[in-house]
Amino acid sequence: MNVRSRRRIVNGLALAASLAAMAFGLAWLVSILWNVISLGIAGMSVSLFTLETPPPGGTGGLGNAIVGSVIMVGLATLIGTPVGILAGVFLAEYGRRSWLGAVTRFVNDMLLSAPSIVIGLFVYAIMVARFGGFSGWAGVLALTLLMLPVVVRTTENMLLLVPNSLREAAIALGAPRYRVIAGVTLRAARAGVITGVLLALARISGETAPLLFTSLSNQFWSIDLAEPMANLPVTIFKFAMSPFEDWQRLAWAGVFLITMGVLVLNIVARTLFKDELKR
Amino acid sequence: MRAERTGESAVRASGPASRTPMAIAHARVDLAFEWLTRIVAACVLLLLAGIIVSLIVSAWPSIERFGFHFLTTSEWNPPMERFGALVPAYGTLVTSIIALLIAVPVSFGIALFLTELSPIWLKRPLGTAIELLAAIPSIVYGMWGLLVFSPLFGEYAQPWLAATLGKLPVIGVLFSGPPIGIGLLCAGIILAIMIIPFIASVMRDVFELTPPMLKESAYGLGATTWEVMSGVVLPYTRAGVVGGIMLGLGRALGETMAVTFVIGNTNMLQNFSLFQSGNSVTSALANEFAEASPGLHTAALIELGLILFVITLLVLAASKLLLARLARAEGGAA
Amino acid sequence: MNMHTNGARQASDGIARPFVAQGAAVPPSSVALALRDFNFYYGKFHAIKGVSMEIFQNRVTAFIGPSGCGKSTLLRSLNRMYDLYPDQRAEGQLLFHGDNLLDKGVDLLDLRARIGMVFQKPTPFPMSIYDNVAFGVRMHERLSRAEMDERVEWALTKAALWGEVKSILGRNGASLSGGQQQRLCIARGIAVKPEVLLLDEPTSALDPISTARIEELVTELKSDFTIAIVTHNMQQAARVSDYTAYMYLGELVEYGVTSQIFLKPAKKETEDYITGRFG
Repeated sequence: MNVRSRRRIVNGLALAASLAAMAFGLAWLVSILWNVISLGIAGMSVSLFTLETPPPGGTGGLGNAIVGSVIMVGLATLIGTPVGILAGVFLAEYGRRSWLGAVTRFVNDMLLSAPSIVIGLFVYAIMVARFGGFSGWAGVLALTLLMLPVVVRTTENMLLLVPNSLREAAIALGAPRYRVIAGVTLRAARAGVITGVLLALARISGETAPLLFTSLSNQFWSIDLAEPMANLPVTIFKFAMSPFEDWQRLAWAGVFLITMGVLVLNIVARTLFKDELKR
Repeated sequence: MRAERTGESAVRASGPASRTPMAIAHARVDLAFEWLTRIVAACVLLLLAGIIVSLIVSAWPSIERFGFHFLTTSEWNPPMERFGALVPAYGTLVTSIIALLIAVPVSFGIALFLTELSPIWLKRPLGTAIELLAAIPSIVYGMWGLLVFSPLFGEYAQPWLAATLGKLPVIGVLFSGPPIGIGLLCAGIILAIMIIPFIASVMRDVFELTPPMLKESAYGLGATTWEVMSGVVLPYTRAGVVGGIMLGLGRALGETMAVTFVIGNTNMLQNFSLFQSGNSVTSALANEFAEASPGLHTAALIELGLILFVITLLVLAASKLLLARLARAEGGAA
Repeated sequence: MNMHTNGARQASDGIARPFVAQGAAVPPSSVALALRDFNFYYGKFHAIKGVSMEIFQNRVTAFIGPSGCGKSTLLRSLNRMYDLYPDQRAEGQLLFHGDNLLDKGVDLLDLRARIGMVFQKPTPFPMSIYDNVAFGVRMHERLSRAEMDERVEWALTKAALWGEVKSILGRNGASLSGGQQQRLCIARGIAVKPEVLLLDEPTSALDPISTARIEELVTELKSDFTIAIVTHNMQQAARVSDYTAYMYLGELVEYGVTSQIFLKPAKKETEDYITGRFG
């Protein structure tokens, strides 16, 4: 066998392996999506959204968990977005070379990939253990802390993509720095920043671990943030781990809702970003 | 022309006078805005310090009581207030290693396929699909693993593994014991499935950063696709690839839900079999924390979380440092 | 003055002034900006070495020279763009209406309103055409809606763009062609009514037709503004400028009436550059 044909064979084998890897990876993922969609759609009904979580064997839905999740995720987004954007602005516009900028950037990267359950522990230690127990507010805080680093990172990255010439052009008109940032650079980076917020939103809507010991869960309707609050992920966890079939059915329906929500957020974020880039 | 010029000078002359209060206001707002962003950034910084300090404080009773033995004892006995982290630490380590062993080659294959082999029309949809799958919450993987995967795994895959790999010397012990589906191996596989899209999309991104000129000149010498990949693209993107793997490892170490569903949640280890149930740091926290009695039990669990946090921080810091060094070395060579 | 020595005459005060020939096409005018022993550093690199020269009102002054000769650096110093970058600094004097612009106390926002700048690549802000032009004006003056409309129209007319955009003022500035974008940037610069307009290779990113329009524009604008232009293109310098400064390795080699610099340069280096022997 000459060198060339051996090289051809090696190449063929490597490429076949790559094809197999692709098929292997996709097979799992298709299977997961198929189960989630088929079992999830089977569990769809009006009562899923209107009734509260049932005891085993009873009838019920996920109404209180859905509302609780929406409230907590919504509040976390409302708090996390402006704070994250401001910190990102500092990193990209003021603190590029300062030590505070460098250290904050490093710390933010750490937080970005910190295990979410540790964030839950932190909130437990500073809030739940001190101020009388599990509450919706503790859940909101945990989700905010998870969202924050994502928003900081994307804001900074998107601002860094704005060409310096645009900054110079605005400054050359005698614009003060805050107007340059608010009116020009942040505006130029708008689509990217919104994309980042949406992706962060998608991330926290499926988070379970940090809610386990912050908001805990609640079997009943409650929109009092000072009390333990029901939410989809923890409810799914509890129901899926249970031996009761009707609970497991509800868990599949819940997982379907979360998956669809996350996918829709991701797709919206992508299209938005792409459209803006085209313009 | 002259007239117009005078008209303008009138504006200009009145300009500075009317501008002064505006200029002062601008300067004030400018300073206020800069400080606002600075303070917020400092808060982010304080957050990490706050997390570490508060975890240490909360874990202190356990740290004080058990000291270094915490890491070397396997007994976990809440009623007797004796706690050792060996079992969950072992579980976290083993499941993460299994996950990486499976996910890294598969992700590399997927990234290779997406950058070099896929027909153009398939590139975008497949790439997007992989990225979307990376965004699916881990609870979905965990639940699917428990309700769909583990029964099948226990019924078909584990007996087969025991009959083949289980017969080999030395590593045979890893694949022994009753095939019950859930357990360390199952958790490792679910983790792998979860981090594959993540690592694959990072690798694909870095592969696409290779300058086309570099690849074309290798192809121009008559290299095969595989030779271009292994000889040019991979060395060129080494730093990014290692970074992607480390980030995947960080995810696997800290993942809670994908593991908790399928690891079995037992605080005992009889042998080295991967088929047996176990516990990871995160699953121990997820299962016990909300119901733990205040005092030593809670403190011990928080110490587990603290150890996990420190380990993930070290992995991430190491990956960043490594990346920086590789990047500098490449920059120096260029 | 001596008729036989043209070009950069080092007068007894050591300041380069373009020699103005009797009856030449360029009548004398008063000084707009004066540099005295001006030095510029990027960190330790000495980029401009002791330049002393004067720039005259309502004239077009061109800066030419090979890449890296310091011509852009000099231009960017005139409205202190270098202040954005911590490791860049200037020494010497830059006199404008009797004030040294390099002094610490200078109000940069005001300075940049009076000395405007247009950059190499068009830098439309991510907003409508109208808002692009109004952006700088809003920083410095409070105008009523009607006054602002008038100002925007005035600036766009001056920049020879009004006819093309008057019906699409609400459209995004980035939707214009490259040449139109550059004229929009010029309109944006002159809307603030500066005294001096700095043009940093304003046509290097444009096609020949757009370039010709911008050149025409420069000639028209000098009745209202003092213009300093950096260009790589020697024909352009010859076409649009009244005075030309030739720089090499951070030094001002020769400064004179454009026609004489190009036809009868006083220095050998200038001649070599202009005849294309290097650069």
